Amino acid sequence: MTSSPAAVGTASSAAGVAARRSAAPAGPRPPRRSTPSTQWAAVAFAAPLIVYLVVFYAYPLFRNIELSVHDYTIRAFVQGDAEFIGFEKYADVFASSAFPTALVNTALFTFVSIAFQYTIGLALAVFFQKSFRLSGVLRGMFLVPWLLPLIVSASTWSWMLNSDSGIINSVLQSFGIGQINWLTSPDFALTSVIIANIWLGIPFNLVILYSGLQNIPGELYEAASLDGATGWQQFWRITFPLLRPVSAITILLGLIYTLKVVDVIWIMTTGGPGNVSTTLAVWSYREAFGTGQPAFSPAAAVGNLLILIALVFGFVYLYLQRRQEES
Amino acid sequence: MTPTRSWWRTALGLVFTALMLFPVYWMINVSLTRTSDLRRNPPHWFPWDPTFEGYAAVFDQQLPALGTSLLIGGGCVLLTLLVSAPAGYALALLHLRGGGTLNFVLLVAQMIPAVVMAMGFYAVYVRLDLLNTVWGLIVADSTIAVPFGVLLFTAFMSGIPKEMLQAARIDGAGAWRTFRSIVLPLSRNSILTVSLFAFLWAWSDFIFASTLNRNGDLIPITLSIYAYIGNNTTQWNSIMATAVVASIPAAVLLVVAQRYVAAGVTAGAVKD
Repeated sequence: MTSSPAAVGTASSAAGVAARRSAAPAGPRPPRRSTPSTQWAAVAFAAPLIVYLVVFYAYPLFRNIELSVHDYTIRAFVQGDAEFIGFEKYADVFASSAFPTALVNTALFTFVSIAFQYTIGLALAVFFQKSFRLSGVLRGMFLVPWLLPLIVSASTWSWMLNSDSGIINSVLQSFGIGQINWLTSPDFALTSVIIANIWLGIPFNLVILYSGLQNIPGELYEAASLDGATGWQQFWRITFPLLRPVSAITILLGLIYTLKVVDVIWIMTTGGPGNVSTTLAVWSYREAFGTGQPAFSPAAAVGNLLILIALVFGFVYLYLQRRQEES
Repeated sequence: MTPTRSWWRTALGLVFTALMLFPVYWMINVSLTRTSDLRRNPPHWFPWDPTFEGYAAVFDQQLPALGTSLLIGGGCVLLTLLVSAPAGYALALLHLRGGGTLNFVLLVAQMIPAVVMAMGFYAVYVRLDLLNTVWGLIVADSTIAVPFGVLLFTAFMSGIPKEMLQAARIDGAGAWRTFRSIVLPLSRNSILTVSLFAFLWAWSDFIFASTLNRNGDLIPITLSIYAYIGNNTTQWNSIMATAVVASIPAAVLLVVAQRYVAAGVTAGAVKD
């Protein structure tokens, strides 16, 4: 503890304290310009993260893969003697009648949500681009749906969409439209969760696209309006093309987030009626935790498929981001 | 821009905001509605005759759940900061070898669906007897915030002027002292941003709570609301009152710290 030459050398008492402390987490020798010892310090500072990633990311993921290639029942789970069955559960998942439904629902849920979130988010970002009285406050208010706990938003939407007492049916009735069973009818359940999810995703799109708009030089618009370009032309000739890299990243991040969504759907419809609003993520959740009899092996198999899909979009995102940083 | 045009924009902005926040208004409205009026058709658009029976029920029944959520949120903030701030320092300023790989791993980690993590944690916790514990949930919830925290700290700390660090080194400060006396104080805003998000995500978490803490004695508020919906579908004023109370951290965050929220989002943009 006393052997910290560099720090003690300053002879100030504060440095002495630091030197003593430095012994524990940062490795023994505070470095002076010497690269190897800086490396040791770097490793020491990164060590908590590396341990954390191995224990709390890599190991659970490894267990998840292990789950999917064994036949786990709840008893085998506790005793740890599940039988190895290879890719049988994956084959079961692909052969299951729920699989095509879940796949189509995942695609619909994701792409329709993203299309609306992006369009509305972009329209709002352009609207807020020119500052006006209260614009900052109102833009801040738009963050609310994003910050609320999902259980709060999802249960509020459930009540608003309630067949008998929901405000939405009540409004529709005053326009002469009869009662719609938003959450319980096979025709509307998926639409309902998509509507709620669009609402949830607008703030994220607005924030990112708005910050992208801030980077477009104002002189471009000035020049365009001097040349007599209308607002519409300015949007299609300047805003939209210059925003393309930011748009791509927003949409891809949105895809990755939306693929994973469980809470909203589970709270509003539990994926039902039947499998009408079941996505891959919800299916996985239901198999593992949603019924009295947990079936971890198929759930893990579905979950791993989901990881693969997310990673494909993820790598496209990383590629685009890197290319954007280079330019 | 002429004043009339700008007035027109403000009016339109108010309309958009009102439409967007209508569900939030409706939650508050329902929370103040009497049980006998809940099934009225058409419903009351404004709580002319408000009742606080819903909120009375919250304070009667939900205080332990709110306390549990506070504890989990606080624990998650501490764990996240302890892991991510030093790592950000190592990546941004100590030129950790393999730093690029680590950054990449963190980005990929953020893409893993929570339901998959939940299953993995469940399988691990069954053996370790950590199911239905607050500690288990703190660790699981922190996995949402740690990658974000490291990336944010790295982005911010790379912007700290190198001269300051060199000056510290010439004065004989080691890596730890530089971290504690220079880097951490300068990173105050990042610490706040990471803390706020870590708290909010842990507070809002439903998936981990509903899988890893289903039968715990101490359940967080999100799970409590969920149980409420399942048991008792007539008392929507109480459910919505609980939802309003559960939204308080989000509201506080927005009012007190909108600046830091913005900082969190734009951090990626200012990187290098």
